[in-house]
Amino acid sequence: MSEQTLNLTLKIWRQETPSAKGYFEEFKVAISPDASILEVLDILNNDLEKEGKRPVAFESDCREGICGTCGIVINGHPHGPIPKQATCQLHMRNFQDGETIYLEPFRAKAFPIIKDLIIDRSAFDKIQQAGAFISFNAGSAPDANEIPIPKEVASLALDAAECIGCGACVATCKNSSAMLFVGAKVSQFALLPQGQPERYQRVQEMVAVMDEAGFGSCTNTYACEAECPKGISVTNIARMNRDYLVSKMTTKS
Amino acid sequence: MSSISNWLTSSIGKKFIMALTGLLLILFLVVHLINNLFLFIGPDLFNENVARLDAIKPLIRVVEVILAILFIYHAYNALTLWWNNKKANPDKYAVNGSKENSTLYSRWMVITGTIILIFLFVHLSTLWATYNFGMEGSEEFYDVIRNLFSNPLWALFYFVIMILLGFHMNHAFQSAFQTMGWNHKKYFPLVQKTGTAIAVIFTIGFGSIPIYFFLLSLGGKG
Repeated sequence: MSEQTLNLTLKIWRQETPSAKGYFEEFKVAISPDASILEVLDILNNDLEKEGKRPVAFESDCREGICGTCGIVINGHPHGPIPKQATCQLHMRNFQDGETIYLEPFRAKAFPIIKDLIIDRSAFDKIQQAGAFISFNAGSAPDANEIPIPKEVASLALDAAECIGCGACVATCKNSSAMLFVGAKVSQFALLPQGQPERYQRVQEMVAVMDEAGFGSCTNTYACEAECPKGISVTNIARMNRDYLVSKMTTKS
Repeated sequence: MSSISNWLTSSIGKKFIMALTGLLLILFLVVHLINNLFLFIGPDLFNENVARLDAIKPLIRVVEVILAILFIYHAYNALTLWWNNKKANPDKYAVNGSKENSTLYSRWMVITGTIILIFLFVHLSTLWATYNFGMEGSEEFYDVIRNLFSNPLWALFYFVIMILLGFHMNHAFQSAFQTMGWNHKKYFPLVQKTGTAIAVIFTIGFGSIPIYFFLLSLGGKG
């Protein structure tokens, strides 16, 4: 444990209801460099509750970087300025004493703000339900091991499957495009034998729901890859584009 | 038919059209650049070359119509994409980290593209219109260029636009490959370098012409 404390100014987005007008509220905190950003909010909320004020609403679940719940835009970067980690893994030692930190919710039309830093990511659920599954019995683990899969292919599929669906790609994209997310979800099945029977139907249905949900389209700035806490590659978007093109040229729909 | 229109109006379909029309327009610019480089060899060869193209006017007209369709579709699609993307992302961040996570070339595509579109109209109304309808039987095509760029404002205007064209190309070429789905770590770095090379060649190749003729005009008749 380090001895010193950091004096930080937090500017946090406050928004009472989805339709209310939001604003930044300023808080001064003195905090240990070993605290995570979510712990800073916990401590701040304890103090606010003691004073009878409304605590800052934010989401978190696992607090170990694997559930994708805790997305906050910190100083312009989803999950903060350190690459390849989730908000919950961001510790205050990465900031300087006296620094001002902006905390904002993920902003996209398809992700409406519920309250303060909490957003509604159900658009992602709709995309998942449109095709990110295998609708036949693919057997149990030993059955899967019966099918030889080259190491390189298995690694690519697992890299795509690392996506935790946090929405940082949408949050950072200037077009609020969900293509990194959908590309990853399409790829993890497209790469493996069990995903083949429904491969082209899946990509069409997931893209259709993505378009309906009000996400923008990709202009290949690759900001999503740079900000993704799991480092999902934009080659997954290329695979989705390729599969979509092939599906449109080889199927009736 | 409806399934094709569904495809082409989907987000990925629109991107596919951007990529396809964009690559074809790059092909046109390559041919355009080769023709332009005759300017450096001298008036005789350049005038001869333009006259040769003039001799196959009906064919050129067909190509021009195809080019017009490509340009219009490329621009129309870009603007609808831009508008839809704007609607998808209406609220901006107080602090924006885009400088650290993406290139200026990629973020400026709609800006450089719009400026190039405006330039295209200016370019058509000056040089293309003169070549096609304003020559009055003369075949001194070279002189038209020389006169235009003896004006420093025209020379500067063309030169600046060619830099922006380079910005556009630097992102465009690799972006088209990504959209088409041709992205593999084996060859994508080469695609990116090729795109940058095209950007540099276009900027230097096209951009040197106004500079050359402006400098020539400073030295009297050349």
